[in-house]
Amino acid sequence: MSQRFLMGNEAIALGALHAGVNVVSGYPGTPSTEILETIAKNNKDRSVYVEWSVNEKAALEVGAGAAYSGARALVTMKQVGLNVASDPLMSLAYVGVKGGMVIVSADDPGPISSQTEQDTRRFAQFAKLPVFDPSFPEEAYRMIQDAFELSEKYGTPVLFRPTTRVCHGCANVEVADSFAPHKPEGFVKDTMRWVIFPRTSYLNHCKIEKRDPLLGEDLSSYRYNQLTGSGKRGIATHGISYAYTREALEGSGAECRLLKISTPNPFPEKLALEFLEGLDEVVCIEELDPVIEKELTYICGKHNLNVKIHGKLDGTVQPAGENTVESVKTVLSEFLDIRYKNVDYPAPPELPVRPPVLCAGCPHRASFYAVKQAAKGRKAVFSGDIGCYTLGNAQPLDMVDTCLCMGADVTIAQGIHRVKPDTLNFSFIGDSTFFASGITGVVNAVYNQTDIVLIVLDNSTTAMTGHQPHPGTGVTMMGDICNAVSIEKILNAVGCTYVKTVDPLDLSAAEAAVKEAADMKGVKAVIMKSPCIAVTKPDKLYSINKEKCIGCKKCIRELGCPAIVLEEGRPVIEKSLCYGCGVCAQVCPVDAIGR
Amino acid sequence: MNNILLCGVGGQGTVLASKLIAFAAMEKGEDVRTSETIGMSQRGGCVVSHVRAGRDIASPMLPKGSADVIIAFEPAEAVRNIAYLKKGGTVVVNKKAVKPVTASLIGSAYDGSEAIGYLKENVEDLRVIDGDDICEKCGSAKVLNIALLAAAAKSGALGMTVEELKSAIVKRIPERFHEINLRAVELA
Repeated sequence: MSQRFLMGNEAIALGALHAGVNVVSGYPGTPSTEILETIAKNNKDRSVYVEWSVNEKAALEVGAGAAYSGARALVTMKQVGLNVASDPLMSLAYVGVKGGMVIVSADDPGPISSQTEQDTRRFAQFAKLPVFDPSFPEEAYRMIQDAFELSEKYGTPVLFRPTTRVCHGCANVEVADSFAPHKPEGFVKDTMRWVIFPRTSYLNHCKIEKRDPLLGEDLSSYRYNQLTGSGKRGIATHGISYAYTREALEGSGAECRLLKISTPNPFPEKLALEFLEGLDEVVCIEELDPVIEKELTYICGKHNLNVKIHGKLDGTVQPAGENTVESVKTVLSEFLDIRYKNVDYPAPPELPVRPPVLCAGCPHRASFYAVKQAAKGRKAVFSGDIGCYTLGNAQPLDMVDTCLCMGADVTIAQGIHRVKPDTLNFSFIGDSTFFASGITGVVNAVYNQTDIVLIVLDNSTTAMTGHQPHPGTGVTMMGDICNAVSIEKILNAVGCTYVKTVDPLDLSAAEAAVKEAADMKGVKAVIMKSPCIAVTKPDKLYSINKEKCIGCKKCIRELGCPAIVLEEGRPVIEKSLCYGCGVCAQVCPVDAIGR
Repeated sequence: MNNILLCGVGGQGTVLASKLIAFAAMEKGEDVRTSETIGMSQRGGCVVSHVRAGRDIASPMLPKGSADVIIAFEPAEAVRNIAYLKKGGTVVVNKKAVKPVTASLIGSAYDGSEAIGYLKENVEDLRVIDGDDICEKCGSAKVLNIALLAAAAKSGALGMTVEELKSAIVKRIPERFHEINLRAVELA
């Protein structure tokens, strides 16, 4: 064993390797991405199979096939990815697995980098699956190994849900020095087991309902479900909120019982009863949904216990957003009558706001600008999607009118178009998102003869999550070179009436292509192909000629590039940020920007 | 326990700085917890790294009013996080303001001077660093994080000496970058 400084996600990955995982699949998504990347980094001998799948549904099915064959499988995604994977997940809960299978779905309270504040613990209840909820990286390292054991013991897939602060928190973790993959038997045919039919589903459902109370009892003695302290008042908590609670209790001298729930489904009822016995009041400190709070309320009802349960449902704890040490202190100062000492500072001066923006040199800025120019003076709606290019929504580009979920740009545009067919409907989709869930939407538009203009923002990577390869890049997570899947060929094959690839950094060519596409019937596509600045080297930088500049600020007003700033009322290009994309030089009306 | 908060704007190199502090603490046999901003905010948004070293650390995020030192890569970001500073704590701040796109768009006059003024009035041990100057002398904008770490080490509030910082650089940063980073330590 040795001490290593690991991010929670790295600890989860190493834990899975040390549990003998054979097959790892997933789709990138903050805060889960580094788990699969860490597996790939530690796979020099290629003893584990690891892939970025096309989307979460594909990833989960690859994992299920491996687990049917007796292999240990890990599938990783963020919480909204679990929605995409929910079809196979719900059925797999009934079918079960042979080799241990753990599905990591990372939740994002806040949300910090997500569309929803959904709670995977709830999804576990819905799908009837066990779920683990770690509090610290070192705990996650051991807990994921427990999850594989439990999965194999009960023949069920198991969910594992860390939250952002556990995923992206680092700690010194004691880890084993070597690992060896599990030796799977291979797929053994068994129709009754592997083919889902209504009759077998009924029988399997009965088995699950019989199993869950036993599983809950088994988990009541699980090492990371912990009951400590004494007194008439109790705190029930979980995950990172447990860390905040301990921090808030430290040195306070307050007397209370503390219940930490690490396996919220099936709920460890026996342990919860032990906690509730003799208490007057309980406060549940949770992030996302009031899962523990509702379980405790149910147990009190079932066992006729006169314990008052506080939490999100009665407004004691904030209903949404992240908890912090401070938010927990606010709750506990009331509940346990603790007086905390505050350090006060005078009100600060007004500070600049810093919303995230497209990077300087980002080709998406050029693509949005070219489309904006091409659509000028026409009635147009711009449907966007998930990725860096959601940031095209910000001023001054203002080119994202809708954003819902992965792949929805193409189909939302169709719905909007059906209501007002005289509107130009543009949809923007990134390359990775196109493969993940855009293709179906394009086929839908072609089949149903909807006039839309599809703009594919192809920057040859999955940029927002940290530059992962995808089917269009020609490399895999095993390090192999493969045939890159051509977006242009796909669009031609499904019957788009116009498909053209242009370099968006050549603004006039890009604008001309969009104009040509806009006036045709059918599904038209312009592929804006230019690599993300993070995967290329900067070109020769630009600067503004002070003599020629007339100070009109058009470059600032129209592009919003972070490299162009005002100095004494005049635009200047900040050298450390410029990437040499040259878009500002094409926008300047007096040719004052050059190399 | 040592509590350190690093803050700045996405892309300024706060993450590597927090890792070096953590490594140095682990070398001394201490436990470490850190927390990073990763994701959408990295694109020019505010980023904060929390670092805690010692024994029996519960939360990876600092409680407010507990930071021994705030290492700010940008003046407004120091002010934004001032509530984390303990009474009598140290602030090491880079002089240069990073103007957000929004400020350029509305023609705001933000240049960081008001933020530095606020810090001067409210921080007992304030160290304003001319990061641009050090970067220019070292020939790389990438040494800003090391320059600020070195200034924090010299203040004595970091829980890490200048020698320990140098040793962490040599052990944890690729060899071809040793010279410029060690020079940044001297200049800070």
